[in-house]
Amino acid sequence: MEILYLLVPLSVVLVLLIGGLFWWSLQDGQFDDLDTPGRRILDDDDD
Amino acid sequence: MTEGATLAAGSGAARSSEALLAVEGIHCASCVQLIEMRVGAIAGVESVDVGLTSHRARVRWRDGSTGLADITAAIARAGYRAWPVSAALASIERSRERRMALWRLFVAGFSMMQVMMYATPAYLAIEGEMAPDIEQLLRIASLVLTVPVMAYAATPILSRAWRNLTARRIGMDVPAALGLLVTFGASAWATVLPMFDAGAARGPVYFDSVSMFVFFLLGGRYLEMLARTRAGAAVDELARLQPARALLLPDWPQSQVSREVDAASLATGDLVLVRAGCAAPADGVVVDGVSLNDESLISGEARPVAKAPGAAVTGGAINLGAPLLVRVSAAAGDSQLAHLVRLVESAAAAKPWLNQVVDRHAATFLWTILVLAAATALAWALIDPARALPAAVAVLIVTCPCALSLAAPVAFSAAIGNLARRGVLVTRAHALETLARANHFVFDKTGTLTTGRMRVEDIVLLGSLDRSRVLALAGRMESVAVHPLAQALAMEAAPHLARLGSVHISAAREVAGSGVEALVDGVRHRIGSLEFVGSLHGQPLPADSLARAQGFSLAALASESGWLALFMIGDGVRAGAADLIAALAAQGSKVSLASGDRLGAVSQAATALGISDVHGAMAPAAKHRFVADLQGAGATVAMVGDGINDAPVLALAHVSVAMGSGAPLAQTRADMVLMSGRPADLLHALATARKAMRIVKQNIAWAALYNLVAIPLAASGLLSPWMAGIGMAASSLVVVLNSLRVATRAPAASLSTALPVPLTAHAAAG
Repeated sequence: MEILYLLVPLSVVLVLLIGGLFWWSLQDGQFDDLDTPGRRILDDDDD
Repeated sequence: MTEGATLAAGSGAARSSEALLAVEGIHCASCVQLIEMRVGAIAGVESVDVGLTSHRARVRWRDGSTGLADITAAIARAGYRAWPVSAALASIERSRERRMALWRLFVAGFSMMQVMMYATPAYLAIEGEMAPDIEQLLRIASLVLTVPVMAYAATPILSRAWRNLTARRIGMDVPAALGLLVTFGASAWATVLPMFDAGAARGPVYFDSVSMFVFFLLGGRYLEMLARTRAGAAVDELARLQPARALLLPDWPQSQVSREVDAASLATGDLVLVRAGCAAPADGVVVDGVSLNDESLISGEARPVAKAPGAAVTGGAINLGAPLLVRVSAAAGDSQLAHLVRLVESAAAAKPWLNQVVDRHAATFLWTILVLAAATALAWALIDPARALPAAVAVLIVTCPCALSLAAPVAFSAAIGNLARRGVLVTRAHALETLARANHFVFDKTGTLTTGRMRVEDIVLLGSLDRSRVLALAGRMESVAVHPLAQALAMEAAPHLARLGSVHISAAREVAGSGVEALVDGVRHRIGSLEFVGSLHGQPLPADSLARAQGFSLAALASESGWLALFMIGDGVRAGAADLIAALAAQGSKVSLASGDRLGAVSQAATALGISDVHGAMAPAAKHRFVADLQGAGATVAMVGDGINDAPVLALAHVSVAMGSGAPLAQTRADMVLMSGRPADLLHALATARKAMRIVKQNIAWAALYNLVAIPLAASGLLSPWMAGIGMAASSLVVVLNSLRVATRAPAASLSTALPVPLTAHAAAG
């Protein structure tokens, strides 16, 4: 049971870390346009 | 920037200015009231109108007494951010706002998942099974992860509630914020207390409910924001049609060198190059080049329009063919497009009366909720103190006044967006509500049901020449005449002139009131009235040649050897006008034709259209009296006119529709403008208005039903706070999604005339 004293705080740290990662990707503009990249794959590449 | 958004609207002695501001942070009716109150309190402000769904504020003030800076400052003091609208700026702000909302949603959602994990053991364990220190550890971990939710994700809710309270008003966010603070406070207290006082009783914690409620509330608002963006996209699309950059040719024709400049900096007289596939940066006149323009998004006209030197180009029209050199005739801010966008934006910014009713009752409703929550807490404290807190919190958060306040505006802005896409512009907010109720349609004739232009409607060939050659001959001969019939012929003939080849026409002379005589390759020809032309050869007209002549003006063409052709010229009935009248009659509406034209011409048009109630030779005053009498008899009158000559009647009617096309749009007094001039679009507008009203009524009924069922359930303790959160979010979502149905597909009643938007439009707009 003592291992929980390590694992629970570790899970909190992990949550904060993943949150930080999402913050970075959001600020990077990765979620600004969710429609265009999906459509772009259908475009012709000849230009 | 301010020049783009401000327009002088002065009339009379004291000039006033008007500006459209984008306001960030509006979420409910009370925010709108707060801003209107604060801005309205500034000395010199004449009117202020804030749109709940459009997030736009329309402010009008007297010049000299105050300014835009004072107004934005007042809005900032109320706790919101405002700036003058310019399409580009608004979209940047919107993406920033969306990014923040998504991040808040993520924080709440991610915390919710993790807190739920920590809460699971406590839900599963039997009383006393879990070691107290482990339980305390899980509680602390939950608290740590709920703090970001309260301190960051929930700040929009909390700060708006705080703003409402400091302004001594009650808003939609007050009950939600109260529920959050009470739940979080009690849970945090129950977690922290045992750390200092080991003997203290361990109270229940609701961290999972807190993070879940915030997640659902923000999730609902995020979806509403996406929905609103989609609904407003059509109007934005209009605004964005006009490109931001332009290719200026400063030294043409000496040099072909072009320079890229800001389209807003273009002045009248500048020469710009419009490349193929690009949109014209401003209104102008073609100086060089021949091409086709796609004006479908501006006029609703689906067919490309030919452009040659001398032709007018509308800003935003997409050049489909060769490059055009255009001399700017109106700066970007004064273009037709800019006027149109301003008109529609002002309609979206104004409030429908339904919403004003909801606004008035919102405060009463919210106070009732607070009293009910307090009563619930009190009652449960007497019965079972442990359930007092969750029951009271459930009452606070299950109620969804937002569903009530969103019911009308989302549906109406979706309808306005949908109609704008079809070339039907709604310029007054009440237009849709009134149009849906209209039961008597009064039409003007000229320019409304008819095109208002003399046109060759039909040609009867009487000789050996074919249609194209006859027209070309007529056009060449009539080119010397100025009579309206002659001009109609010349216009119709224009595309056929080339077919005539090297025919030599000489000695053309106009006989006033009769027609034109000329020598065509040496043979005498006449065109004009039947008597004048017939006297050239003395033959009678073939028997059935006049069978279709009813209601038209006639012109004949003949040579010395006999008749060549009969031209039937009329003030052409618009295509689809008869269908429109038939459809209106089928829907049970009364239809009248009231025209200033002489009774004979009006009756003829009425017969062709199937209208039985005909009033001819009506002066503007008589029309005015006619509509007033109808209204006195209890009819809801929709007046359909051409928007200029009918201004007083249009203003009198309950709802007015202008069948416009072209320049005078900006001055129109009508509540709606059919830019395409297609009668079928009126049917479409009617169907959309009725659908919008139906959906608004459904929304209000749903919101009322939901609150009536949910509040007693919550008060009786049957709903835990997390269930209340889901119910509240789902209720808002139902309202928003139902409202979006307005824009889904063209109602079946309309003729299928949906515009094929060419791919280039997206390329240029994007």
